[in-house]
Amino acid sequence: MSVASQDTTIRTGRVTRALIYLTLLLFALFYLMPLFVMVVNSLKPLHEITSGNMMALPEVWTIEPWRKAWSEAQIGVQATGLKPYFWNSIKMVVPAVFLSTMLGALNGYVLTKWRFRGDTILFGLMLFACFIPFQIVLIPMARVLGIFGLAGTTWGLVLVHLVYGIGFTTLYFRNYYAAFPTELVRAAQIDGAGFFQIFWRILLPSSGPIIVVSVIWQFTNIWNDFLFGASFADFSSQPMTVALNNLVQSSHGVKEYNVHFAAAILAALPTLLVYIVAGRYFVRGLMAGSVKG
Amino acid sequence: MGFLDIDNTTKSYGPVEVLHEIDITVEEGEFLVLVGPSGCGKSTLLNMIAGLEEITSGEIRIKDQVMNGVHPSKRNIAMVFQSYALYPNMTVGQNITFGLEMHGVPKAERDKAMNDVAQLLQIEQLLDRKPGQLSGGQRQRVAMGRALVRNPDVFLFDEPLSNLDAKLRVDMRTEIKKLHHNLGTTIVYVTHDQIEAMTLSTRIAVMNGGYVQQLGTPKEIYDTPSNLFVATFMGSPSMNLIPVKLRVDGEAVVAETESSEGDTLSLSVPNPSARLKSYNGQTVTMGVRPEALTDAEGADHRSTHIEKVLNKVTVTEPAGSDTFVTTTIGGAECVARMRADTEATPEEVTEFAFNMEKAVFFDPKSEDRIV
Repeated sequence: MSVASQDTTIRTGRVTRALIYLTLLLFALFYLMPLFVMVVNSLKPLHEITSGNMMALPEVWTIEPWRKAWSEAQIGVQATGLKPYFWNSIKMVVPAVFLSTMLGALNGYVLTKWRFRGDTILFGLMLFACFIPFQIVLIPMARVLGIFGLAGTTWGLVLVHLVYGIGFTTLYFRNYYAAFPTELVRAAQIDGAGFFQIFWRILLPSSGPIIVVSVIWQFTNIWNDFLFGASFADFSSQPMTVALNNLVQSSHGVKEYNVHFAAAILAALPTLLVYIVAGRYFVRGLMAGSVKG
Repeated sequence: MGFLDIDNTTKSYGPVEVLHEIDITVEEGEFLVLVGPSGCGKSTLLNMIAGLEEITSGEIRIKDQVMNGVHPSKRNIAMVFQSYALYPNMTVGQNITFGLEMHGVPKAERDKAMNDVAQLLQIEQLLDRKPGQLSGGQRQRVAMGRALVRNPDVFLFDEPLSNLDAKLRVDMRTEIKKLHHNLGTTIVYVTHDQIEAMTLSTRIAVMNGGYVQQLGTPKEIYDTPSNLFVATFMGSPSMNLIPVKLRVDGEAVVAETESSEGDTLSLSVPNPSARLKSYNGQTVTMGVRPEALTDAEGADHRSTHIEKVLNKVTVTEPAGSDTFVTTTIGGAECVARMRADTEATPEEVTEFAFNMEKAVFFDPKSEDRIV
């Protein structure tokens, strides 16, 4: 057995193997370095950073910078910490991700299972949404939000991200459903299921992998967005990214690097969590969408 | 007025007409098989009965109700798909009752119907499994259960056995036949497999190029095919087609052809029709099934018109139950179905027996049978 399996593997000498592992290890360390610096420095008092070495471990371990970043740091005019902005982001991300995923699924369903004249052209036009640079729509979007009375609100931001996200989610779901057997839809039609019943009962329950892809993609993009948040939000609706920028860029007072590091990690934490929880489905879902159903 | 009427129905995709004025009447309890090569329009016709494809012109009626434009779920039909089309996210039980649920049948009734069907098809132990955990044959049963539970007027089968392996296919074929026998339901069944068509049906519609070539009982189709297409499509090995010259002598008609040795073979035709006689002196195509071309011992004893000829054997193919012997008669390659222990050996002359009662003749130009 072992002889047989050895025949199929590429023979590598001990030295080559060591070299490969060494290279991989170096790259891993290289990529982990920034995270290490951030974590380490967020756990030391400020004077250790200003007087000492960025790379050194803390002499005194403290979580004070984290507490400060979360609830006390001076952002804008008030010393609220990141807490309210974190909730702003959540209030924006959750509906935007949910709605764009659902609408993308619905679009994909219609574009593959209820074909109509010109559906490919419509799909092509929707794909354009994936290529439009953010900056181009800033002014027209500000105008539209004004007309709807949504300027400066969380729901305004939800609308912006929803409109922007539909192109991507439609692409994902359309490709996924294209491989979904149409006979199932026909069987359900004969069974008497209507348009939405087929969608809810047959298609959506089979869409797990692609929903994960869509949620991860949308969550990361919307959470990390800065431009729309900075342009369309007011103080009551500013997302985390804008608040982080305001914290770090503030021009007066002492630069509390340890607090900045803690705040930056806090801002990145939710996307990190989403990846850790759902990441292994991500690749699987992308494959399923492109190769088979 | 039948149970299911397909009345002058056509189907076009844009300017292309794919089904031409199909006229079929199915009586209650009939098992109609639509058979033909791929692309002949048989599945399209089935989908039109199901309501999954629109009817371009003509009418389809079930129990005298016009079905044109009626939603598939309101036609009281059930369909078994080639891929089975089981809902992957539901258990077998949910798959079976989904249609009832959509039609608003109360839960208690649904469960009773499900249990009855499960018992009938012997799938009770599978009810809580997902389709992904079933074998091909089990999926096939579940798909039939889903159709049966609705108690529809008409069952539609779209090549339901083509995804199964050879052995299972034969078993399920018997099972479907039994089911039809016991329940007496009306079935329209699409297949490209002519053996399925022969074994299952009470009537067959042989289709090609969007036309119904012949509609009749399996025996009619097999023994008296209306044209060369039907003759060669149905039956395996397919019908031998030998060019013969007809010679009329008073009441008798003799078909003349040439043996592999260069001798003239004169085969007398029993009960020739007037039309056949009018082909005096012309060359026509004689169709003889392999089982009507045998060794002398294997010939049908009830037949009164056995013509024995000597001819050279090209190849023998022992198939266990029979031996298929290939030979050349009149320049055409012919297959004879001989007994398993026949003495025919390649490159040697042996005796072939024509059962001329079963011979049919075709006009070589129009390809239609000379009646």
